[in-house]
Amino acid sequence: MGILLTQTILIKHNYISMTILAFDWGLVIEKLILIAVVVFGSLGIALYTTFGERKVAAILQDRPGPNRAGPFGLLQPLADGVKLIMKEEIIPNAANKWLFILGPGLAMTASLMTCAVIPWGSDIELFGRKIALQIADINIGILYVFAVVSMGVYGIMIGGWASNNKFSLMSSLRAASQAISYELAMGLALIALLMTTESLSLKTIVEQQVKGNWWNIVYQPLGFLLFFIAALAECNRTPFDLPEAENELNFGYHQEYSSMKLGFYLFAEYINMIMSSAIMASMYFGGYDLPFFDESTVAPNIAAMIGVGTLLIKIVLFIFLFMWIRWTIPRFRYDQLMNLGWKTMIPLALFNLLITGALILANL
Amino acid sequence: MQPLTNKAQAVSRAPMTFWERLYLINIIKGMFITFSHMFKKQPTTRYPEEKRAFSPVFRGLHVLNRDEEGRERCTACGLCAVACPAEAITMEAAERETGEEHLYREEKYAAKYEINMLRCIFCGLCEEACPKDAIYLSETFAPANYTRKGFIYGKPDLLIPNPMTEASDLALARGVEA
Repeated sequence: MGILLTQTILIKHNYISMTILAFDWGLVIEKLILIAVVVFGSLGIALYTTFGERKVAAILQDRPGPNRAGPFGLLQPLADGVKLIMKEEIIPNAANKWLFILGPGLAMTASLMTCAVIPWGSDIELFGRKIALQIADINIGILYVFAVVSMGVYGIMIGGWASNNKFSLMSSLRAASQAISYELAMGLALIALLMTTESLSLKTIVEQQVKGNWWNIVYQPLGFLLFFIAALAECNRTPFDLPEAENELNFGYHQEYSSMKLGFYLFAEYINMIMSSAIMASMYFGGYDLPFFDESTVAPNIAAMIGVGTLLIKIVLFIFLFMWIRWTIPRFRYDQLMNLGWKTMIPLALFNLLITGALILANL
Repeated sequence: MQPLTNKAQAVSRAPMTFWERLYLINIIKGMFITFSHMFKKQPTTRYPEEKRAFSPVFRGLHVLNRDEEGRERCTACGLCAVACPAEAITMEAAERETGEEHLYREEKYAAKYEINMLRCIFCGLCEEACPKDAIYLSETFAPANYTRKGFIYGKPDLLIPNPMTEASDLALARGVEA
């Protein structure tokens, strides 16, 4: 009996030490590097998206835009960042201090977490290892994105409520109800896509488009349109920027915020924009797939780099589209927004679902 | 009422068609309008690098003139101060001593000559009143200042560089003026 027990312990001990030995430290390091690159990369891109926004706005309005700091004003975002950091940090007396601090952090975290499932390129080979250019290829990728994006509403909601300002509260209520309304249409538009791809993993969806002849936009034009409109609403972009309606709510849910906490909210918005662009590019526009180009003709590493570049260009084009829309279309009224969301987008998404289902059933 | 211009258009009250109610087409049309503005010429004058020329009749800051030998032309007659509708000019006259002939053109000169640029309305009447061609309005305007006192310009601020001793400064000032 005693021998048997020792044996079991020994076996167990062996098993544990084996798993520890088999623990792949290379994987940890490569993922950590990837996370750092993606997070700081998206922060950097977000920084320059603010610059891009101002430039695009200016050019669309026949103005030169920021051009004082550095050549072509390229140092402007740095100057803005320094300004935000150096500003006095004000927490209102009547505010709930902890929630007031938690709000922007939550908004920022939620928007950064989305980038974990985006496939930035095909696998590369480095030091004899196969490295996936995706932080986590989880099989419920899209579901994860939805979960995280809806967490972003908490950042807005908590920040707006904790400010103890009625404008902030109203604005955060608007933001929350808008996000919930449009998430429905977004999800329904997506289900139609998922019916055709039969996978929730973003990597698989992109791979299908790389290998297949057509991007998903061809199969799901209406679905994409609905998704795009819902994405505009989710990112609180014009024409759905009611949470920030300056003329009726002063400044919106971040009215009481100053310094870098305000910067976090503004930043989170731009990161949301980048992430939704990346997701739209991955799901409907082939992700890192460069059209009319056979990736197998070049070395895998070069193909991966081309893929990353392609995805970045697609993201930039989407961001430009976001900005272009912002500087063209005026804001919706709140009842119009709700009407569009509930009475137009959701029925259309259901219709799209029905058609897709019928076509799949008819084996087309 | 008779239309005043040919731009008046009757508002259509017809119910919107299906495509109009979709809005998408009109939104795309609008987006192409904004897009076309990307290629339009910007009317902006990029200020510090690029300055818009003043009109030829622009009346700016005053200068006190000197003659070709570098002597002050002003004789402190006070006609400019009398002509000034804003009462911006103050002066004190003094008699030229022997040995100062190279400094002052006439026997009498302005020991103190001040113009309050906050009072001045830049009408140019002083310029017209002056019998000695001593005061002119230039093509620059008063720069910003932190105090009201800073806007009271005295002789050192107003006199042009001496063409005999500071010829290069004068050329520079003329160049900036032009």
